[in-house]
Amino acid sequence: MLEFTTTRHNPLVDPVLSVWSWEIPVYLFLGGMIAGMMVLGGLNMLRILKGERPEGFFSVQTPVLGFVMLNLGMGALFLDLAHKLYVYRVYMAFEPTSPMSWGSWVLILVFPVLILSALIRLPEAWPWLGDRVPALRGWSEAILARPGLVKALAWLNVLLGIGLGIYTGILLSTMVARPLWNSAILGPLFLVSGLSAAAAMVHLVSSLVPGHPAPRSFLGGALAMLVQPLGATPPEPKTAVSLVRADLAFLAIELVLIGLLFIGLASSSASHVAAIDLLTSGKYATVFWWGVIVAGILVPLVLQALELGHRIPHTVIPALLVLAGGFALRWVMVGAGQASHMIAATGM
Amino acid sequence: MPRFGMVIDTLKCVGCMDCVVACQTENDVPQGFCRDWIVTETRGEFPNLSLEIRSERCNHCDNPPCVTCCPTGASHVEEFGRTVQVTANACIGCKACISACPYGARFVHPKGYTDKCTFCLHRVKEGKDPACVSVCPTHCMVFGDLDDPKSAVSQLLNSRKHRTLLPEAGTKPRVFYLS
Repeated sequence: MLEFTTTRHNPLVDPVLSVWSWEIPVYLFLGGMIAGMMVLGGLNMLRILKGERPEGFFSVQTPVLGFVMLNLGMGALFLDLAHKLYVYRVYMAFEPTSPMSWGSWVLILVFPVLILSALIRLPEAWPWLGDRVPALRGWSEAILARPGLVKALAWLNVLLGIGLGIYTGILLSTMVARPLWNSAILGPLFLVSGLSAAAAMVHLVSSLVPGHPAPRSFLGGALAMLVQPLGATPPEPKTAVSLVRADLAFLAIELVLIGLLFIGLASSSASHVAAIDLLTSGKYATVFWWGVIVAGILVPLVLQALELGHRIPHTVIPALLVLAGGFALRWVMVGAGQASHMIAATGM
Repeated sequence: MPRFGMVIDTLKCVGCMDCVVACQTENDVPQGFCRDWIVTETRGEFPNLSLEIRSERCNHCDNPPCVTCCPTGASHVEEFGRTVQVTANACIGCKACISACPYGARFVHPKGYTDKCTFCLHRVKEGKDPACVSVCPTHCMVFGDLDDPKSAVSQLLNSRKHRTLLPEAGTKPRVFYLS
């Protein structure tokens, strides 16, 4: 028998650490998805340089949509802070050992890159704004007229996207006190999950209202700008196919990484082995196995493979499942990670 | 420069919680929170039971994960005594340090910043012991410079069997328990 009685962490009062609530999974999901959109969008910008038509949704919707969602994510992050008035202190220091510090500075760099990338097609995507601020058209043309600048923007999107996508996992994995997170797999896992969510999101928004001219009204134009592919014709079918194909690869890699996460935990210390229980039993297990693995990875994997084989028609269902699964992964990892703790190897 | 640490004799501790109350009073710790606390650990099967009572707090680790993860430098190692401290007006309340601490030593102060044991640095600078040490009725706690071989803490560690909490975390804690 081993019994603890304590005036702190009393099992009846605060059995586990619970400092991070819904705000953090929301930010981790949105941040990861935006990161993936930056990587995919950046790679697509490189395709524009090779002479492909720029009307595809990648060239504008990803930065604009990413910018809007990044603000939502940052809003969630801000809500989580307990000492809100002092948030500016993050930008008065750079702490090289703190992944959160790295992430904060990456986020500051992401904003201008997203804005500049969005400017390329913004006047066309939101005619109401383009008509009222003629300078926007000038900037758009100025950027497009400089292939070097577009190339630099494309690579900045890719590199910052990788940084943004991977830092959240590294942040959690550095915490030795939380064995479930304490795995080097977590960074790549979050990055690949973000890429998968990004492919799903872009696929989803490109399917909503394809091939209509951008509305000229203020609100209609603003909303359409986020989800509507530019141009009178829908995006080329090969774009959707390439997204589905990319997502298939991301989902397969994600599955392998989750497998490696388990192997890593199972072959590590007693604390890490015990952390597996948080994913195999208890309140997080159902969401993990049914939400993340089955609905979020396996089902979309099969559906998208069938779509590619022309056995079933293309639908948005796999994209919706991937997005739900991506959020579920963050929710489970943040919740179960906080519940995991070190087990004393030596007694009194 | 000293490197402060604490030695707690679990054979003397009776779990009276004087240290907890003294800390709360000295440091104006808000109601419902504590910077140090008592753990009672019972092992074995009746009638072969063993009991240990100990006073726990921030371990002011030599390798503090709360400091390395802090994005603003609010959690830092104070030059005087190499203790781990929090600068309240540099803390954004992100709670990364709370997640990173294997000892559960930190909490969010109602004012928003992270709070924890300071080893009563304000008292130590005046040549006094931390509040918890000064009130202990059984004198089970000793505070001092671990780098000074003549200090009481060093001599206790040289002469008595001792351990730290969760040494496998690699944090190199500086609160030692005699048994």
